[in-house]
Amino acid sequence: MTALVLLLRRELTLAWGRGGGPMLALAFLAAATAALPLAIGPSPARLAAVAVGAAWVSLVLATLLSLDRLFERDFEDGALELLALGPLPFEAVGAVKCAAQWIATGAPLALGSPIAAIALGAPLRAAPLIAAVALAGGLAFAFVGGAGAAVALASRRGGVLIAVIVLPLAVPPIIFGGASIWAFTAGLPWETGLALLGAYALAAVALTPFAMAAACRNALS
Amino acid sequence: MIRRLVLQSLGVQRGERILFEGLNLDLAAGEAVTLTGPNGAGKTSLLRVVAGFIAPLRGSVCFEAATGALEPGEARRADCHFLGHQDGLKAARTARDELVFWARWTGSSPAGTIAAAERLGVDRLLDLEVRQLSAGQRRRLVLARLIAAPRSLWLLDEPLSPLDGASRGLFGEIMAAHLEAGGLILAAAHDPLPMGGRELALRR
Repeated sequence: MTALVLLLRRELTLAWGRGGGPMLALAFLAAATAALPLAIGPSPARLAAVAVGAAWVSLVLATLLSLDRLFERDFEDGALELLALGPLPFEAVGAVKCAAQWIATGAPLALGSPIAAIALGAPLRAAPLIAAVALAGGLAFAFVGGAGAAVALASRRGGVLIAVIVLPLAVPPIIFGGASIWAFTAGLPWETGLALLGAYALAAVALTPFAMAAACRNALS
Repeated sequence: MIRRLVLQSLGVQRGERILFEGLNLDLAAGEAVTLTGPNGAGKTSLLRVVAGFIAPLRGSVCFEAATGALEPGEARRADCHFLGHQDGLKAARTARDELVFWARWTGSSPAGTIAAAERLGVDRLLDLEVRQLSAGQRRRLVLARLIAAPRSLWLLDEPLSPLDGASRGLFGEIMAAHLEAGGLILAAAHDPLPMGGRELALRR
């Protein structure tokens, strides 16, 4: 337990200090939100129609942006070897790293995404649901992305590989989350989408640490 | 507590090449073995096999306590220090953050960590960022980690290379004390290590 807390604290400080940390993700979200009206025109009706979807896609991309260095730095500087000789197995190390990524980047983005959506013209009453979807989606992206980042270790052009591995796995949560928010703004039942998104996130939390551990062991050998 | 390390007819392959085969080694508590050999002979690979990072092609690595054989994963996680080419230190963090984290990760108390830093003479550097340290100072910080958390088996890859003469002497004393306390050292080195011990030559 103390080892879990110890590692979580280190990973959180590293995530805050990392180049592609929370500030970069938030800046990306803000930039995408600001660029959208410039690209598709400032008409409020047109913007409101795509507001929710655009905010959601910006959030997804902002989350993926900060994932590629999750394991790579520890691999490059030898920290992964030392982590292997500590009290926790790699499964737990990977899960803690992704959890820290979610807390450090996913939570600020979950706060920022309703603001982005409303700025584009989404209804104010959708804000709590957008935050909830962003939080659950961020959890799924952090773990799926962590698995992708671990698999891409020790390979040249790892960044491309991460995108190829992670994007297909990110499609179901994108659909579930987007459908839930869209149904809510249209006055339709929205609970199913959120429930499916939550289920996907929990499945990712339960399963991907094994993939991360296997990939890390493979990278060290 | 690891009291004995036994390597039996060990064979290791890297890529297409077999580095060595049929390697036997019996290392008991209080003993040190220095691995020697030209570049590429497999010294680092042998250390990584013992640390469990590389699976051997054939043969076995056994850790034994006074009570009998230990589960290898357990023995490595609880009682094994590894010092490789890379030191695992994050350049942007302070020396104190890094030393305290790694010492606690390997099972040290805060008091033991500070004592270790003083022993290695890095206690005055603790508030600097790791990027500001010289190669020798970084190495001393890593060596402080070794004595902060007491673990029996030390796997050292070129432990002396960036150190100055005084630090080499100091680390020689530290290694001798570790052996006296019942520790085991398996080290790869080009120059003989100050505390002596057996030598195992690997050939290409």
